[in-house]
Amino acid sequence: MLKRFCRPAALAAVLTAATALTAPAALAEEPKSGGVMNVVIQPEPPGLMLGVTQNGPTQMVAGNIYESLLRYDTDLNPVPSLATAWEVNDDGTVYTFTLKEGVTWHDGEPFTAADVVFSADVFLRETHPRLRVSLEHIESIEALDDTTVRFTLKQPFGPFMGIFEVGTMPMVPKHIYEGTDFKNNPANNTPIGTGPFKFEEWERGSYIRLVKNEDYHVEGQPYLDEIYWHVIPDAASRAVAYETGKVDVLPGGSVENFDVQRLVDLENSCVTGKGWEYFAPHAWLWVNNREGPMADKRFRQAIMYALDRDFAKEVIWNGLGAVPTGPVSSKTRFYDDDVRQFPHDPDKARALLEEMGYDGTEIRLLPLPYGETWQRWAEAVRQNLQEVGIEVEMVATDVAGWNQKLNEWDYDLAFTYLYQYGDPALGVARTYISSNIAKGSPWNNVQGYANEEIDRLFTEAAVAFPDEARQSLYTEMQQILAEEIPVAWLLEIEFPTIYRCDVKDLVDTAIGVNDGFVDAWLDR
Amino acid sequence: MQKLSFIAKRLVKAVFVLLAIVVLNFFLIRAAPGDPAQVMAGEAGAADEIFIAQLREQFGLDRPLHEQLLVYVGGIVTLDMGYSYRQQQPVADLIFDRLPATLLLTGTAFVISILLGVLLGALAAARVGQWTDSLITVVALVFYATPLFWIALMAILLFSVQLGWLPGFGMESVGAGYSGFQRVLDVLQHLILPATTLGLFFMAIYARLTRASMLEVMDMDFVKTARAKGLPPGRITRLHVLRNAILPVITLAGIQAGQLVGGAVLTETVFAWPGIGRLMFDALLQRDYNLLLGVFFVSSAMVILFNLVTDVVYTLVDPRIELK
Repeated sequence: MLKRFCRPAALAAVLTAATALTAPAALAEEPKSGGVMNVVIQPEPPGLMLGVTQNGPTQMVAGNIYESLLRYDTDLNPVPSLATAWEVNDDGTVYTFTLKEGVTWHDGEPFTAADVVFSADVFLRETHPRLRVSLEHIESIEALDDTTVRFTLKQPFGPFMGIFEVGTMPMVPKHIYEGTDFKNNPANNTPIGTGPFKFEEWERGSYIRLVKNEDYHVEGQPYLDEIYWHVIPDAASRAVAYETGKVDVLPGGSVENFDVQRLVDLENSCVTGKGWEYFAPHAWLWVNNREGPMADKRFRQAIMYALDRDFAKEVIWNGLGAVPTGPVSSKTRFYDDDVRQFPHDPDKARALLEEMGYDGTEIRLLPLPYGETWQRWAEAVRQNLQEVGIEVEMVATDVAGWNQKLNEWDYDLAFTYLYQYGDPALGVARTYISSNIAKGSPWNNVQGYANEEIDRLFTEAAVAFPDEARQSLYTEMQQILAEEIPVAWLLEIEFPTIYRCDVKDLVDTAIGVNDGFVDAWLDR
Repeated sequence: MQKLSFIAKRLVKAVFVLLAIVVLNFFLIRAAPGDPAQVMAGEAGAADEIFIAQLREQFGLDRPLHEQLLVYVGGIVTLDMGYSYRQQQPVADLIFDRLPATLLLTGTAFVISILLGVLLGALAAARVGQWTDSLITVVALVFYATPLFWIALMAILLFSVQLGWLPGFGMESVGAGYSGFQRVLDVLQHLILPATTLGLFFMAIYARLTRASMLEVMDMDFVKTARAKGLPPGRITRLHVLRNAILPVITLAGIQAGQLVGGAVLTETVFAWPGIGRLMFDALLQRDYNLLLGVFFVSSAMVILFNLVTDVVYTLVDPRIELK
């Protein structure tokens, strides 16, 4: 028998979604239609075909053009998008989605279950490295009829309901791509999705223009007529563009953090750290576990005690974000803070260093070349480490050099941040499991940490069923890692989105501005 | 006739120089750490080895270096600059899309700087030791010594943020839908700040150079003779001094003209001007090999071309110079 958390739950989900997504507005006033929104995009995306390119800027623009089956509220609960309802069988291996009727692609063709099968089973399996890993748990994807899709899993896969975010599983049109060379298809330059906005023009180096999809499947939406994404390469100029009223929204990371407060203090200016719950960017120092003093657990613990992470949060990140307790972000499912804590305590750090007999070997620190904020942060960390007697040499690189050094494990300490994608199996496991130790990528187990117990816990937790079973495995995992310190966790980042206060309902889902401006409207 | 054969010979030489530059650039770029596949994989936020291998294969980076070089040079010989896999467009399209913007900006700055620079330099030299001279020298020194991006930012703060007279970024008002004369006006407005900022730096150099060169010529015997003949001072300055002092200025102008296509990375970045300089800078950061090589190729060709033009201009200004 199928466990029906489907229709009633879905109905409830629609209702809660409707209230959750428009709650502030619904109480205050009705959304107004019309208007043009000007937004900063940086850097310029290499392409807008979300199935082929998944980097940040692409997601931010293309999240308006493409859609997936589900969206997620800020507590990471699924809400309907292209799927209106879903049900799962008792052992968590068969998921059946009911698709919305009357949805069309931007070229007028109907969107059907065949598109879902093509997107997930054919297109993205070839082009999407992150989704590919999750799809390995799936036995088959079938279209039962035009509006019903069934995913059959090889075994229960805990994060399954979390892989339907638009950047993870964008729906791509079968009638355009079937049988073509996906990556080099000329159609990639004129992206066709089902989303609230259509691609109109792209003046490279200047702007990208999207226009309202008049045939959008949600009655009365979207509210905006047009969106202009302005390409402005210099951070100070982006701040000026906002200051002079040329743009309405500065998405997270658009301006240097020390500029945030000044811009927020302007008239009619608001800021929010929300909209990063799904990604939950978790920043840490890679610690090369293979070599030198870093191979000693006590050295890594000493680093944790030496770091004044509250200072970094308050001063460098304007108080936004949270100090992490371990590998799992507090925004991500199965987070547990019942683990060893590392408050700022230079004396404990010095004691640990003395106990292990640290000989003063100089450590190379690789900052993340993403602008001033990260540079300042690296300087703060160096100072913290020097305070307890660790000699630090800064190594300057550009992004490509940073990639190369991490790929080849040519570093001692290095800054990074990774997304968690709502579930430890998706965004956390990859950093700590030993099967992910491989040269050539800066996003796997770069630090070279190998622990059979941890491997077992992650493997079992991914497929354990139900959630309670997963929780206990993940709790144990977090306790072990917080003792071992394979990497030094720095901050749960919240990138501030700065916007004019008369822009309403801008950020109301777990992926923030990346979810498109389907609900946004201008109170002007 | 002699001139034409000189030019023909130089053009033939230029082709070989260009080829040498292409090969050199090819290896230089690959000597930098990191490759485009790594950068793109990094930007995707997550990548397995299959993904990176796929990218390398797509870019042809999995082939031996000499094969890659042969493919590239083979393309260049037929004027095919290759494909930017990152931007998913032919390199030639990307470059020629951006070229007009850069030429407009650097060309305007070139004209502003050379006219103002020579004028101010000549004025300072004619009034050497007086307050006009001191003022011009100080101004030139300030603009020469101040970093360009700082001047740019200050100009934006003053004229865009504080006074609100001029737009602070972009090449035209996005979404205004201007056409015809209105659009020209709009672009001109956007052009003022970046072109002036960029022009000021070169203006300072021209002013200093003109002044120094003129002072040197002023002491020469033929100038004394002209003065002794009782020629009016303005005529002496213009015809006898300036014309003889202008050669180093032409040399410098030739160098600046060669850089017109290379663009002005800083100015274009600060003012979000959609030109070649930014294209090149982005391509460098992203290790977009073909695109970067393409920009280098076009700008090297321009440098060679303008060297030739400069040589010809010398003979026009000073008939004593012969082309051989």
